[in-house]
Amino acid sequence: MDFFLLSLVKAGVVAAVLLTTLAYLQWVERKVIAHIQLRMGPSRVGPHGLLQPLADVIKLITKEDLIPPHVNKFLYLLAPFLAMTMALISISIIPFGGEIEVFGTKTWMQLTDLNIGVLFILAASSMGVYGIALAGWASNNKYALLGGLRSSAQMISYELPMSLAIAAPLLLLNTLSLREIVQMQSGYAFGIVPRWSVFQGPFPQVISFFVFLIAGFAETNRIPFDLPEAENELVAGFHTEYSSMKFAAFFMAEYANMITIAAMTTILFLGGWHPIFPAAYGADFVAPLIFAIAAGVCFYHGLHPARRFDRITLPVFGFVFAAMAAAFLIPALHDALIPLFWFAAKTGFLLFVFIWIRGTLPRFRYDQLMNFAWKFLFPVALINLLVTGLMVALF
Amino acid sequence: MSDSETSAVLATPPESDARADNVKPRRMTLNMGPQHPSTHGVLRLELELEGETVRSCRPDIGYLHTGIEKQCEALTYQQAVTLTDRVDYLAPLSNNLCYCLAVEKLLSLEIPPMAQWTRVLLTELTRLNSHLVWLGTHAIDIGAMSVFLYCFREREDILRIFELFSGQRMMTSYFRVGGLALAPPRGWQARVKTFIDSFPSKVDEYEDLLTNNRIWINRTRGVGYISLEDMLDLGITGPMLRAAGLNWDTRKSAPYSSYEKFDFEVPTRTENDVYARYQVRVEEMRQSCRIVRQALEGMPAGPHTADASKVVLPERERMKTQMEALIYHFKIVTEGFGVPEGEVYQVIESPRGELGYYVVSDGTAKPYRVHIHGPSFGNLQAVPKLVEGILLADVIASIGSMDFVLGDTDR
Repeated sequence: MDFFLLSLVKAGVVAAVLLTTLAYLQWVERKVIAHIQLRMGPSRVGPHGLLQPLADVIKLITKEDLIPPHVNKFLYLLAPFLAMTMALISISIIPFGGEIEVFGTKTWMQLTDLNIGVLFILAASSMGVYGIALAGWASNNKYALLGGLRSSAQMISYELPMSLAIAAPLLLLNTLSLREIVQMQSGYAFGIVPRWSVFQGPFPQVISFFVFLIAGFAETNRIPFDLPEAENELVAGFHTEYSSMKFAAFFMAEYANMITIAAMTTILFLGGWHPIFPAAYGADFVAPLIFAIAAGVCFYHGLHPARRFDRITLPVFGFVFAAMAAAFLIPALHDALIPLFWFAAKTGFLLFVFIWIRGTLPRFRYDQLMNFAWKFLFPVALINLLVTGLMVALF
Repeated sequence: MSDSETSAVLATPPESDARADNVKPRRMTLNMGPQHPSTHGVLRLELELEGETVRSCRPDIGYLHTGIEKQCEALTYQQAVTLTDRVDYLAPLSNNLCYCLAVEKLLSLEIPPMAQWTRVLLTELTRLNSHLVWLGTHAIDIGAMSVFLYCFREREDILRIFELFSGQRMMTSYFRVGGLALAPPRGWQARVKTFIDSFPSKVDEYEDLLTNNRIWINRTRGVGYISLEDMLDLGITGPMLRAAGLNWDTRKSAPYSSYEKFDFEVPTRTENDVYARYQVRVEEMRQSCRIVRQALEGMPAGPHTADASKVVLPERERMKTQMEALIYHFKIVTEGFGVPEGEVYQVIESPRGELGYYVVSDGTAKPYRVHIHGPSFGNLQAVPKLVEGILLADVIASIGSMDFVLGDTDR
């Protein structure tokens, strides 16, 4: 009974946090892209546009749920559901932190740990392709069909280098459970270099790190691989005929996939929740320091406001940040928050890279995309795997 | 992995003619536009696709027909200037200039040097404006979002300069038959100088993002080729022709409005693909910048309108104090001015290519016929030749590289 209750609570917390993150990731993306492009981004709804995600959700929910007459109704309705489910299901086995004690019960900061975790994630992301392919097929629209075809070909092609890129660190770590993968990466070589798979001997997995990240861009249909929904070619690609929450489901699936890829990269290559340098050198104080600086900046700009409402909003943010900085220093919360912070920081940085690339690069052409997968990424990943295997066997 | 296996993986390899011999694949007709994000206005393309390869293309124009040519016949010569703005709405001043030059040729008017140089300065700024819009939209078509907004930042500066001169950002109507509409405002030199000083570094910025970008090069190099003979047959002009290696620029070959006094180069390329057209236009931006600087530094003093009291409105001050000026003012405003019988064809180099105005006068105050030879119309004829046999994604890159304006095509 205890187990059920605990799992239920954890599932609730993870779902709530994840869905909020999804909504706010979109806000962050719009803000970051806007600042790259010399714009303001959302700024009307709430202070600094912070309520924009809420407004978007309300708008999308209250929109008319249109089903065009020429679609294959069953598959048309199934597709967004499938895409969303498969995107969310991967999160259930991502470990966010180590073991903690809540009201006397010991538990892991992870919904569940599968001994075949990595395979599960790959399987779920493969199933996600169905969502997009079926959406393109069932819409009975030429642009949607082209988008669906593009995406199935693209995602299947990029799954190969992705799996090969995952296989290489697995050879080093010798486990498929995500929790154990992170645990294996703890500790520091020479007392300072973290034992992450990117740095770990006998063969550092830098190549597979980049292959995985590139394939991850392709799997999530992000620029420069956003061909399935290439707006300037295919209008809206596979989701041309979707409106209201069904459209939002695809949108959220894309962002959930982004979070999964970023979290997986963190777990497989960047040591999960382990700090980037040992606690002996003060790693535990990085988080409170960052939040304290953020609070200080907010207070300063609150006193010297650029806009009228900054006088109120910025000090409020300042108090929130200060409270968070203080929370990191409370011994009872310390052990739970520090790993969470490092995990979120690494994942957040990778998500920022996703957004950053979007503001910088143009889009590939379809055949170039395929050539890139099969003639470059695939051999590179394969050779990397062979070399890693050889090194592991020899040393 | 061998090549045959790779092409088996590709759903639509670009050169998949091997299988076309025995099995005839089904073709899909795709209606692209008139409401499509990257047909730049209301162009409709009827594409026949085999997978994603375009097998045939039929452009359909006329969605933006405004009847401007016919409307000109109902207005006096001076009033018709305001319509020419709306032909090519990205290069309004080039159209103003061409029309004014044509009518001035009929009237045999001598335009003072100061007005001529101001016209050069502003039409070159128009060229920058038009090329900036082109670069931004072309880049966003290929997926580089940020360049679009960087280009529009500089375009905003140019539009502010236009506003300073004429009070309008886009539909300026600043050039009139006989000179300029108003004397240039005080302090315009400083504004133009600030812009011109910073502009080359902004062009460097765009080039940093695109010129050496592997994806950009892959998407544009070797794409959208058409032979020089075909180009000449179809009447293609402007940067497209210069990217094919033909050094043809009306500013050099038939100078108008004192262009012969300016020192600039006409950039050419020989590759004749989307990348070459990009390079030509970017280099043209730098050259236009040079011309604007020369016009700014060597601006002659003098009146801004021709000395022709029957054509040019008198100054406000003279109108209020002199009987004769008041009469002329009344006559010009109510009746317009008569233009000697005859016909004239005037050509200038607009940002898109050769822009021609054919004006026929029957001696009255309204034109008998105004025909506009828009460069976009000629350039657009090349679309089928450009896109047949290439991928759908290349269609976007190719039509983007042509830089047509539908207002100019349909008129």
